[in-house]
Amino acid sequence: MSADIVAGTAQTTAGGLHSRLFNRLLEFGLLPVLLVVMVVVFAVAEPRFLAMDNLENIGRQSVYLLLITMAQMLVLLCAELDLSVGATVALVSVITALTMSSVAGGGTSAIILGVAAGLGVGLLVGLVNGVVVAYLKVPSFMVTLGTTSVATGAALLLSNGAPVTGIPLAFSDTWGTGVFLGLPVPIIVAVLVAVAVYVVLYWTTLGRNIYAVGGNADAAKVAGIRVNWVLISAFLLCSGLTALSGILLTARVASGEATLGTSFVLLSIAAAVLGGTSLFGGEGRLGLVILGVVFIGVLSNGMNLLRVSSYVQQLVIGVVLISAVALDRLRARR
Amino acid sequence: MTEPCEPLLRVENLTRRFPGVVALNDVSLAVAPGEVHVLLGENGAGKSTLIKILAGVQPPSSGQMMLEGRPVSFASPREAKEAGVSTVFQELSLVPTLTVTENLFLGRLPTRGGLVTRRGLPALAKEALDRVGAEVRLDARVGSLPRSAQQLVEIAKGLMGSAKLLILDEPTASLGDRESDQLLALVKKLSAEGVSVIYITHRLKEIAQIGHRVTVLRDGNYVGGLGPDDEIHDNNRLVELMTGRKPEKLYPRSPRSTGEERLVLQELHAAPDVNGVTMEFRAGEIVGIAGLLGSGKSSVGQACFGLSRVTGGKVVIDGTEVTRITPTMALRRGLVYYPSDRKRQGLALVRPMYANITLGSLGPAGVARFGMVNRRKEQATARAHVKRVNIRPGDVNRRAELFSGGNQQKAVLARGLLHDADIHIFDEPTVGIDVNAKADVYRVMDDLAQAGKAVVLISSDLPEILGMSDRVYVMHDGRVAAHLEGEAITEGSVLASFFGSKTNDREIKV
Repeated sequence: MSADIVAGTAQTTAGGLHSRLFNRLLEFGLLPVLLVVMVVVFAVAEPRFLAMDNLENIGRQSVYLLLITMAQMLVLLCAELDLSVGATVALVSVITALTMSSVAGGGTSAIILGVAAGLGVGLLVGLVNGVVVAYLKVPSFMVTLGTTSVATGAALLLSNGAPVTGIPLAFSDTWGTGVFLGLPVPIIVAVLVAVAVYVVLYWTTLGRNIYAVGGNADAAKVAGIRVNWVLISAFLLCSGLTALSGILLTARVASGEATLGTSFVLLSIAAAVLGGTSLFGGEGRLGLVILGVVFIGVLSNGMNLLRVSSYVQQLVIGVVLISAVALDRLRARR
Repeated sequence: MTEPCEPLLRVENLTRRFPGVVALNDVSLAVAPGEVHVLLGENGAGKSTLIKILAGVQPPSSGQMMLEGRPVSFASPREAKEAGVSTVFQELSLVPTLTVTENLFLGRLPTRGGLVTRRGLPALAKEALDRVGAEVRLDARVGSLPRSAQQLVEIAKGLMGSAKLLILDEPTASLGDRESDQLLALVKKLSAEGVSVIYITHRLKEIAQIGHRVTVLRDGNYVGGLGPDDEIHDNNRLVELMTGRKPEKLYPRSPRSTGEERLVLQELHAAPDVNGVTMEFRAGEIVGIAGLLGSGKSSVGQACFGLSRVTGGKVVIDGTEVTRITPTMALRRGLVYYPSDRKRQGLALVRPMYANITLGSLGPAGVARFGMVNRRKEQATARAHVKRVNIRPGDVNRRAELFSGGNQQKAVLARGLLHDADIHIFDEPTVGIDVNAKADVYRVMDDLAQAGKAVVLISSDLPEILGMSDRVYVMHDGRVAAHLEGEAITEGSVLASFFGSKTNDREIKV
């Protein structure tokens, strides 16, 4: 009898400690722990993993996903979703390349016009997404699924399904593979953008309003926030950053491709949620989201080094995404 | 009822804790077979928590329940129902797009070989509806029925099977006079058939009509009860038990001086239930708008703030007519609306307290310029206002959802105060909060009136209307049924107008 009680007490304390630990993990996320474990595993299994040029590789490869994940995060914070980021990358790439190749001479003016056209078409997609979501109250999941199809169709139509060549060499040399102060240019761009997103999220009224709208749109409205404007701004920023990523990617591959970027939809949501961004809106920290991107970058790089087949990689990413979403639910239920 | 018999339900030492609050503290009660047991208490007294536990929606933190002498614990509403405890909540559990019959058999449609069979259902449904006296078509979609009919369908559904105990949560709150009388007659009939009823109401006169026993809760505690031997309709005693303090202490009244007109409504029509309302609100006074649920009183406030569509008439703020009102515009013109549903319209619960206080008011509070936020100033401002409205605990970085209802309500209050507006419309500001938080809310309202602001108090809480208002508009059916001032504001005069009967002798012409 008394032994039972003692055993019972011991169990409760163990349970208490266990659940305290669990709560801590839920609060900060499992992410930092998992990341460290993963790095150690890869480093042991493949010494080349920690080599300087491989680390730079990870950085180079993650830049595009980082930009799009931050974009996705802005929309997720509003309790919305942008499935059109992948198609936007494709359309932006084709439009940018077509514009550049059609400007005679192909000098700086071609580059500027091409970038402007790419950004413009990206923002247009964002405008449509934002306006339809905000004013017509159509679920963003549906709207962006629609714009995905439209953008993909347009990209394939305009490029005839083939890579668009004729991009000025200077463009890909600088923005694709260029190095400035010893750092790859795309990485510099991503860092600057990350700082800008940080400022917007934490130090501007717009950022606050994005969190507020995602936290409770009705309350935000009653508090005097123009909810529709906030939603449109978020979708515009999202598409703008996605377009930027598409332009940098075009420079990197030195051609306009209608097949570029399809994997970004899943990966950007996975990275953002992995970094603790709530699918229900109003919650998410930029630092952790960047860590989420690093996680995905390290994971795919490591698997590549270990010659894991791309089929298996796809499978692993899916499992990671579902685990991240399940964790998000657990946290919400708490 | 007179001979002592084994109670149908006995509840002992029931306690329910939530983070930061004890919603129900060591409450015991017993319900005899066929007894109508009235549960009385202010909003936030713990009534809802108690019936949620009885209905199997929530488990208690401690304590036990005995049904017919056997200890029971319900893990789900379904288990409670199978044991014979049926609950009709205020938010009905019907599916509006399904028919009456389908709703009655929701989740337990008989099947044959895996397929739903409808044979025999109409007869059973008819029988169930006849029992409660509901005259509705079996194939009508529930969403197309009036509220009173829906309520009867819900009760009929609850009584199907073998309900021994029926719990009704304010069943007459949204019903008219005639429909209420029907419902009370039904409760009497069920009681005579031997069904026990736990009946929650705010209408004291219903107690005398149907009640056998009354239990009063306050701030989660059992504070007293009246049995068959007592004068069960001793209203003064009941009100004293419910509020627990002398009215003048709870409702402050500093000297106020009435100034110019701030807000005027002329023949205002607004969706969904305002049909021609003329009112005026002056600086330095608190004006109550009383009325039952569905009387249109909440829509009046929402229309002024752009949350309900104005379909006719005028809204005049400081002498200027405003059209196509939006919340942003109303705030800019100095009109603040404090929503009744703080969880739905008031707070972003996942956000920290400071962000909720400065929500939408970063500019007006002077902590943001040109769209850039001064975070240090923001924290300081939030702290100052947490102190001003007495939010506890005072940690502004805690998430809003971790605060009690009363403190959440005060956060909504603090945010409104940041706007330094001249017109303050409070919509049910004390629903579901404890007495001390109420006192804080009333103090803020009194301060505002004293400072020369126009304060509007929309409320279903009669003592609060009586205690706070300088003038009262009573609404019925989307119109002003009475306009009372000073001495004329009495429980009797307000109550009489709730149901539309004009109290001409007391009515004041504007």
